[in-house]
Amino acid sequence: MSRLLSVRDLRVGFGRRPEAAPVVKGVSFDLEAGETLAIVGESGSGKSVTALSVNRLVDFGGGRIVAGDMAFTRADGSVLDLRQARGRDLNRIRGREISMIFQEPMTSLNPVHTIGAQIEEAFRLSRGLRGAAAHKAALEALERVRIPDAETRLRYYPHQLSGGMRQRVMIAMALAGNPRLLIADEPTTALDVTVQAQIMALLAELKAQLGMAMIFITHDIGLVAGVADKVLVMQDGVAVEQGALDQVLDAPQHAYTQHLLRAVPHFSGGRAVRDDAPQAGARHAIVAVRDLSVRFPFGRSVFGRSAGAIHAVEGVGFDIVRGETLAIVGESGSGKSTTARAMLGLVDVHRGRIETSDAESRRPVQMVFQDPFASLNPRMTVDSILAEPAIAAGRKQDAELRERMLFLLGKVGLAEDALLRYPHQFSGGQRQRLCIARALMLNPDVVVLDEAVSALDVSVQAKVLDLLVDLQEEFGLAYLFISHDMAVVERIAHRVAVMYAGEIVEIGSARNVLGQPQHSYTKRLIAAVPGIELRRQHYALDSSAVPSLVRERGYEPPEARWRDLGNDHRVRLEDE
Amino acid sequence: MSYLARRLLTFPLILLGVSLLVFFSIRLIPGDAITAMLGTEAGLLTPAQRQALAAYFGIDQPVVVQYGRWLTGLLRGDLGVSVTYGRPVLDVILERFPLTLELALLSMLIALAVGVPAGVLAATRKEKASDVGIRVLAMLGQSTPNFVVGLLIIYILSVYFGFIPAMGAFTSLWVDPFANLGQLIFPAITLGFAFAASVTRISRSAMLDVLSDDYIRTARSKGAPGRSVIWHHALPNALIPVVTLSGVEFGYLLGGAVIVEQIFALPGLGRLTLDAIAQRDYALVQGSVLFIAFNFLIVNLLVDLAYAALDPRIRLGAR
Repeated sequence: MSRLLSVRDLRVGFGRRPEAAPVVKGVSFDLEAGETLAIVGESGSGKSVTALSVNRLVDFGGGRIVAGDMAFTRADGSVLDLRQARGRDLNRIRGREISMIFQEPMTSLNPVHTIGAQIEEAFRLSRGLRGAAAHKAALEALERVRIPDAETRLRYYPHQLSGGMRQRVMIAMALAGNPRLLIADEPTTALDVTVQAQIMALLAELKAQLGMAMIFITHDIGLVAGVADKVLVMQDGVAVEQGALDQVLDAPQHAYTQHLLRAVPHFSGGRAVRDDAPQAGARHAIVAVRDLSVRFPFGRSVFGRSAGAIHAVEGVGFDIVRGETLAIVGESGSGKSTTARAMLGLVDVHRGRIETSDAESRRPVQMVFQDPFASLNPRMTVDSILAEPAIAAGRKQDAELRERMLFLLGKVGLAEDALLRYPHQFSGGQRQRLCIARALMLNPDVVVLDEAVSALDVSVQAKVLDLLVDLQEEFGLAYLFISHDMAVVERIAHRVAVMYAGEIVEIGSARNVLGQPQHSYTKRLIAAVPGIELRRQHYALDSSAVPSLVRERGYEPPEARWRDLGNDHRVRLEDE
Repeated sequence: MSYLARRLLTFPLILLGVSLLVFFSIRLIPGDAITAMLGTEAGLLTPAQRQALAAYFGIDQPVVVQYGRWLTGLLRGDLGVSVTYGRPVLDVILERFPLTLELALLSMLIALAVGVPAGVLAATRKEKASDVGIRVLAMLGQSTPNFVVGLLIIYILSVYFGFIPAMGAFTSLWVDPFANLGQLIFPAITLGFAFAASVTRISRSAMLDVLSDDYIRTARSKGAPGRSVIWHHALPNALIPVVTLSGVEFGYLLGGAVIVEQIFALPGLGRLTLDAIAQRDYALVQGSVLFIAFNFLIVNLLVDLAYAALDPRIRLGAR
């Protein structure tokens, strides 16, 4: 192997005085040709800034490399210090020798140009191809990333493609110049787990074909095991540990690496589920959902008739008893969040019932949302945020209410002085605690948690999950826990419902569903979960697509047929 | 197409609302057309003569009847007869409209030709001297009243160049394009100055937003050179707010620019309407306001079509 990139004592800062408060504080690493280095760390650790420094895109984000050098061996054998390189040289390196793919496929493609034009541009910039030659190359590139019907798709605009498709387009574009180094900055974080597996498989396959090196940035140490040769762990701008994959994962030296490995939720196929489930004999539902259907009509004519509807949720039913967590797992577009919204009356229900007849609270269902940064009004202090549900329910802001606020703040582990502060003064984890406190203000029976821990770093995530379990035991809460993360679900759920294309396909105790999945989709979902045990995994390429939920006017689905496996485990029969 | 048809269907409803509003509100102003027309001589009329004149102009009927009569005329394309000019209202308006339209187009052209490049330049050189200079100029342009700019232009032209812009009778573009341009270019610069300042500011801020978007970083990661990133990747995405602003300003200019028309002695729609109000020329006021409203509707429609042309998400419908 030959040395491709050698980074020494890299320091990067932002703002007017970048030396004063660097974000990256002296990182060094080496990368051989064809090798994969994974950079792991939590948000704010400086891992993305490190990667963006390599192709100097960090300059455009207001960053400056204040010290260090980055020796890059070019294709012709000459060595270039990327830190000193001029703009023109960098433009010649970007896309040709060093390419990059990003975290957010939804926003990383230009919305006003067709994907064909964007891929062709990559070929023009990297290899000077134009016209028919560029078109042909773009077509081949799309086929290489397994986009079906590529000729037609070239004329599509980004918004007409799903997130997974867009990330494939990004990969096709990044590989146009046959780069020798691909920087992948959290390329699958925004994607569903089965799509993640597809993208990982694709990257592995293409990397083997092209013999390129890769810097793979991720917060998910479980994902690292499948791809990396070497691992670099970052914390607060410093590389706290680096070494070969097995060495770092099996014998971590630094306390932070050990902590990270402990905090990462392991998925163990239903063996680690909670065993504090409420008595199965006393199954008296606090909330019962029957035959719930939510449809979003589209294409309304002048006379108000719709051409059809998106059947977002179709015939969904379940019970939750007091003190129990039902998790709904599924991918984006499967209808799990719509189900959650229907529980709170946030969407119009087409058909079905949601009964909370035995609830003690007058507002029995409350909700905690995914993004703690977006779901707290930045102009309100914490006490008005917490008071709001009570005021909306017609109560006065009195001493009793304040008492309740302080009580709940204590329960979620925040100090009393939090009341007078604003949301921006709290960290992500603290904000989610505030959201939980807000949801508990009216003493609900059921709390709907829609991806409530997905936006949090793993170590924060673990603490919030513990808090949720404690609160559940203390107040006898029932949770409807919506998540795409199987490891998190395994930790908190008593029962699991798997949703696919708007319908529940399998439901039962967490141990059964996660341990002995019966439905083909559940099996696929569980197989796609990465884990640190799965070293250098060979992801199988599977490009099966989710069926369309768009139905013509008047369409009614055939009646579902179920197979009861006994012992609280039911699976929907699949069509042949 | 069905979208266009649906939009066009709403036009009559909106225009009906406008007509109601203008028809009744103009009659709230004290005074009447006969007094306004004859001045002090109106006092010499016998009640019978006054009655006859009122009947001739159709203003002796109850207001509701007048409105009904006007509306039925409107359906036949008849906006009534102007008391001041003694000619059909539509003829009077259409005579003035080419000048107003041309002036508005020319101002917008100047504003876009100056404002968009200036805004883009400022955005790409954020916080550098050129950015600060452009921002100061834009602030100046927005805050200087256009009569000051107009008078300054006339002053500079006449004192330093001994040139006095042609005033008075308007020369049509088709008759003598050079004379026409000579007549309109300075008023257009006057109007375009503030317009360009607004366009500069909005293009700058839109460009700054877009330049921090993820797809710009993608373009750079592909090795796209700076100019291509700015003009090919960023600008098309930054144009939506520019189009919005330009549409509003342009629609506004189509209603006439009273002050600038006054300074440069141009017979445009703005002065026509203003004079008509002063003269209590009800038919003319109603006609021109309705005409202006119609223009606004057309401009808004064009703006929406421009959105669709610029952004495929609007054109193809994003979910």
